[in-house]
This record gives sequence, C-alpha cells and structure tokens, in this order.
Amino acid sequence: MLDYIVRRLLIGVVTLCGVAMIVFVVMRVLPGDAAVMLSGAGAGAVSEKELAGVRAKLGLDRALPVQFFDWAGEVAQLRLGTSLRTGNEVTADVARRFPYTLQIVVMAMLIAVLVGVPVGVLSAARAGTWADQLLRALSIGGLAAPSFWVGLLLILALVWLFQWSAPLIWEPFWISPWKSLTQLFWPALAVGLRQLALIARMTRSIMLEVLGEDYIRTARAKGLSEWAVVMHHGLRNGLLPVVTLIGFEVSALFGGLIVTETVFSVPGLGQYVVSAILNRDYPAAQGIVLILAGIVVLGNLGVDLLYGWLDPRTRVQAGER
Amino acid sequence: MSRQGGVASLLAACDQEPDRLRSLRRMVREQPLGAAGAVVLLIMVLAAIGAPVIAPFDPTQGDASALNSAPNAINWLGTDAFGRDNLSRLIYGARISLLVGVGASLLGVSIGAALGIAATYRGGWADVLTQRLMDALLAFPMLLLALAMAAVLGPSLPNVIVALAMPIVPRAARIARSSVLVLKASTFVEAARATGCSDLRIMLRHILPNTFAPLLVIATAYLGLAIVQEAALDYLGAGIQEPDSSWGLMMSGSATTLALTAPWIVIFPGLAICLTVLATNLLGDAIRDLLDPKLRGK
Repeated sequence: MLDYIVRRLLIGVVTLCGVAMIVFVVMRVLPGDAAVMLSGAGAGAVSEKELAGVRAKLGLDRALPVQFFDWAGEVAQLRLGTSLRTGNEVTADVARRFPYTLQIVVMAMLIAVLVGVPVGVLSAARAGTWADQLLRALSIGGLAAPSFWVGLLLILALVWLFQWSAPLIWEPFWISPWKSLTQLFWPALAVGLRQLALIARMTRSIMLEVLGEDYIRTARAKGLSEWAVVMHHGLRNGLLPVVTLIGFEVSALFGGLIVTETVFSVPGLGQYVVSAILNRDYPAAQGIVLILAGIVVLGNLGVDLLYGWLDPRTRVQAGER
Repeated sequence: MSRQGGVASLLAACDQEPDRLRSLRRMVREQPLGAAGAVVLLIMVLAAIGAPVIAPFDPTQGDASALNSAPNAINWLGTDAFGRDNLSRLIYGARISLLVGVGASLLGVSIGAALGIAATYRGGWADVLTQRLMDALLAFPMLLLALAMAAVLGPSLPNVIVALAMPIVPRAARIARSSVLVLKASTFVEAARATGCSDLRIMLRHILPNTFAPLLVIATAYLGLAIVQEAALDYLGAGIQEPDSSWGLMMSGSATTLALTAPWIVIFPGLAICLTVLATNLLGDAIRDLLDPKLRGK
C-alpha cells in the first residue's frame, strides 16, 4: 500500500509540473508580445524603446526557461502576482471568491448524489416498468442539455414564478448560512443536473449487474425483504464505481461551473477566470487556471488512493502494470 | 481465405445491392434509437447545407418594425432584439454548430490517435513523456482549456475548432494507448515485424485499423460535447462573433431581461442543442453496440 501511495504521489507531482508548463506556454508564449498587451495599447502606438523598458521590467527579455522557473518559483511560494484588472493580489481575490465556488461544487455534488443514486436504484429495481423508462428518458435528456442553458431556463422560470432577480449581494456562507444556501441552490442545481443524470445512469447499470449476482439470489432465497436485498446487498457492492465517477466528475463540474457562475453572476472563481481570460488579465488567468487544474489533479489523486483503500484488487493490478 | 470462400464472397458481391439494403434494415431493427438519431442528424445536415434555400429570411437582416416579437405566422420562432428572424438564425446556426462539432472532434481524435499510437508503439521514454503530457492536459477542465485557447488564438471559426479539439487530444490518446498496448503484443503484429514490415507500415496498416472502433465511438461522444462547448464559448463571447449566427450566440444577453421581454430567444437554440446532442449520443451508443456485441443490451 505504501509503495502504491508513493508512486501515485510522484506521478501527481510530475503531472502538476506538466500542468504549470502548459499554463505557461498557453498564457505567456502563445499570445505573442505580452508587453504590447500589458501596455494597454495596440501595436505601433507605443515606441520600441518604451516596449523594451516594459519587457525588461517584466523580465520578458530573458530566455523562456529562465522565465518559466522564475514564475514557477513564485507560484510555489503562493505568489500569483497582481491582477491587471482589479489591482488586487490574485491570491486575495481567489481567497474571497473560492468559498462561493466550493459551496456550489459541494451543493451540486450533494444534489447529484442524493437524487441520482436513489433514482438509479429505483430504476434498476423496477427495470422495464414505465417508471424505469421515464427515468431513463429523463436522464438521457439531462445528459444532452448544456448546463448553462439549464441555468438560463431556471432563471426564466424563477423570474416568471417568483419575480426573481439576481441577488445584488451574494451572502457568504459563514455570515448567513440559510440565505447563502437558498441563493446558491439554483446555480448548484444547474451545474449538478448533468452529474445527476450521469450518476443515475451509472447506478442503474451497475445495480442491474449486481442484482443479477448469485449472492443476491441467495439473499432473496433466505427470505429477506426486497428492500433489504437491494439496499444492503445490492447498493453496498454497487457504490464503488459511483464513488470513482464522482471523483472524476469534479473536472467536468468545473467546466459547467465557469459558465453557470457567469449566467447567474455569482462572484466565484469561475466567473473570475472567465473575465480574466477574456480581458487578457494574464496574471489572474494563469493563476486561477493553475489552481483549478491543481485541484483536479489532487482530486484524482484522492480518488485513486480512496479507491485503492476501498478495493484491494486495484492495488494489485496497479502494481502489476 | 480458402478458394471456396473467395467464390462465395464474389457471388455475394454480385448480389450486393439487396444485401446491403437488408443489412441496413437489420441495423434499423436492432438499433431503432440509433437510427432515429441518424435521421435527425441527417435532417440537420441537410438543413445546414441548404440554409440559404430553406431559411425564410436573411439571418443578418433585422426588421425594425418587429423587435422581440413572439412566435407568429410570419416569424415562426419569433424575432430577436434586432428584429432578426429566429428560425433563420437557428438554421444558419446549425452550420456553425455541426461544422465546429465535426471539425473539433475529428481533429482532436486524429491528433490524439496519432500521438497515442506512435508513442505507445515506440514505448520507452517517448511513451512516458507523452503519457505525462496527456495527464497534464487531462487536468484542465475541458471548457477551461478550450476557453483559454480560444481567447489566446482569437475569435474565428478555425481557431474555435482548434481550441475545442485541444481538450479532446489527451482523451483520444488515452483510448488509443489502451488498444495499442494489447495489439502490440499480438501475434499478427509480431508476424508483420518478422516479415520485415517497417514500423510506420505496421502502425498504419496493422495497428490503426484495429483501433478504429473505439476511436469512432469516442469521436461521436466528443462530437456532442464539442457542440455544447462551442455554444458555451459563443455565449461567453470567446467564439463566433456577431453578425454570424450560432446557437450559443443567440442565447447570450441578460437572462433576467430576456425572461421578461423574449424568453423564446433563449429556449429554441437550447432545444436545438439538446436535440443534436441527443441524436449524436443515441447514434454513438448504437455504433458502440454494433461494433462490440458484448456491450449489447446495456
């Protein structure tokens, strides 16, 4: 087990370095002359000499590898630079916005699991009935609907039904928990719906497989109620793959999140990274892209370790590979 | 192949036309949902190609006397804030969605497959390096990577396709890798090597055709995803720009305002996306089932 953990951690570190390199190339090398961009004027509006001054100040005149290690060193010390747009330290902006994003992710996952798993179990236990057909059709539809469109539809419905308007102030959770929960429920629902459909589909197919096993027949034969058979013998064995799915879906959640936060104007990381990228606020953009990708790497690592702990078979297989 | 088999297949070839029809009918019977998906996609492709003929109005020409009008007999799906006909914009939007979806998925899967096959076949440090690079690319949420690429490259149709292909590359490479690992150890590849085939020939003639099935399946899966993400990029303003019409662009604007003035502007493009993605998913599932009988009925 220790061997496995060490190997996974090492791969995680290497992946993080790769992530940093990609962010560096996409955000710093591809856009062309950052000095022209940063000076805020179009090409030709600033003299060559001034540009050279800006480049020297930003260290853009040095070799790329030097620049990379410089930047990586700063990042390693959690110094992400100053946002060109807000004028704040990027880390300060992140600290203020991250709680909203974290709360939406957690709420979306809770909605997806608390509704998706029972729907999947019900669908499998009643396989072939009209209820099963209906739930399956709904989950296929849920997979096809873009999360930002679901968000837009939710807003339409909220405006019609409750004369809803986007909150001017989004309450942080620690100040007024209940208000924060009700405010962020709708964005979380929009983000989580796709995961809900995915989890329901997966739970259904796994449960169908599990319910066909011999030990289920044994459980039925010894006279257990159908409820006990499905919940204790079926679901327990079927949950493992669902746990993995949830772990890997965090990355997809972030994808849905960045548009949905913009749709609802939630002041979270997603909205921040979108406006940073679109407004060419490179220090902020590369910092947050790095943070989000880092969370995904750590999340996958966590899932791998959890899975190895829950199911000893994977450890052996991973060792053989 | 024995001589008898050769004769039989020759005879079958002479009788090909009804045979093909029969196998098509069998496919439709076995995969009715997949066939429905294929029909929907076919209709969409035809509508996209024939847009100038089918669309009732010019999608860029607004009618100042009919701003934000509700669906009616003239403008079936209503008009937008510039008085442009929504149905016409929807039909023209299908061009961009389908083009970007197919383009991004083909480009991403091709590059990913090439990388995955070459690196895995070579093995050694090339394989390790490629794998770590793909791992790093996989760490980026798909839309975030596409958004960053699109913003950096600038908004144009080819750039949007490249930006959306980027996150598909590592996922395709991973799929290709897992089948190449099996194929590399197989007897027929060993036999090809023994007869003196070059590495390139083995990769192109012996390995590539055998990785085709799983790659085709993920190509259809990412086709739908690319369409959704293209709409998201347009919605955010990093993709197709006005006055071109695309489904994502049609939905952009303040939802709270639109809810009171013209909710149909938001509803129809989203439905179009849902229908397209649903059709590609159903078709993809059917293709997967047809290619892999083990998965049938799941």
